[in-house]
Amino acid sequence: MGAINRRQAFLLGGGFVALTVLPMAANAEPGNDAAEMIKKFTGGKEATKGKITLDLPEIAENGNTVPLALTVESPMTAESYVKEVLFVADGNPNAGVATLMFTPMSGKAEASIRIRLAQTQNVIAVAKMSDGSLFTERKTVKVTIGGCGG
Amino acid sequence: MADKPRIKLPKEAKKGEIIQIKTLVSHLMESGQRKDAQGKPIPRKIINKFTCEFNGKPVFSCVLEPAISANPYIQFDARVDEEGTFKFAWTDDDGSVLTAEEKIALKA
Repeated sequence: MGAINRRQAFLLGGGFVALTVLPMAANAEPGNDAAEMIKKFTGGKEATKGKITLDLPEIAENGNTVPLALTVESPMTAESYVKEVLFVADGNPNAGVATLMFTPMSGKAEASIRIRLAQTQNVIAVAKMSDGSLFTERKTVKVTIGGCGG
Repeated sequence: MADKPRIKLPKEAKKGEIIQIKTLVSHLMESGQRKDAQGKPIPRKIINKFTCEFNGKPVFSCVLEPAISANPYIQFDARVDEEGTFKFAWTDDDGSVLTAEEKIALKA
């Protein structure tokens, strides 16, 4: 190796920075397992948009606790109810957030939880009804302080 | 595991009424992503499952991942057709289970 010119030095420096940035950021490309998790949940079937209402803040100041409220339109009777709802976050180190399981005894397909978001990303919900139909909804949340590591 | 879970639900309900249940349990929900002062990863330790039953029948349950905030708060609804007991259970990664019970009566 000869002398390093300025451009090479810059590239080296850049590479080093990229390596030392939090590993979370490196994983955060839409390369986490969000798509696979959804595929596994739906069995490869296409989910239609609708029926789900996601209540999430547009901007979350603290990614450590982001309130998430879910409502799915459903009569919630023994004949027709929401069975399961999968939540994934496509910019977290692991895509999985939670899977909620309802029964006709739930009365309403509504729930609230608090989640961690590492950075600005999409939260995706997929609902499986008792008749096997699938619905989906997504919402982007801007995160100012990430919710893991640190 | 930590303190007694906090649960909020009405003491009584009309037959067929849909009530709201709020639960909160103290837990660090260690995600497995954090590192200690020596740079070693802190192993994951979270509550991975929550279930609610009413008189032995499942009402609501969920599988939780490390992306759930510390001190997990879970709010959901339940239809009350008879008087009885709600049973709640939180399962830890270490296998321990935290349980709680709440009774509900029917309004006359």
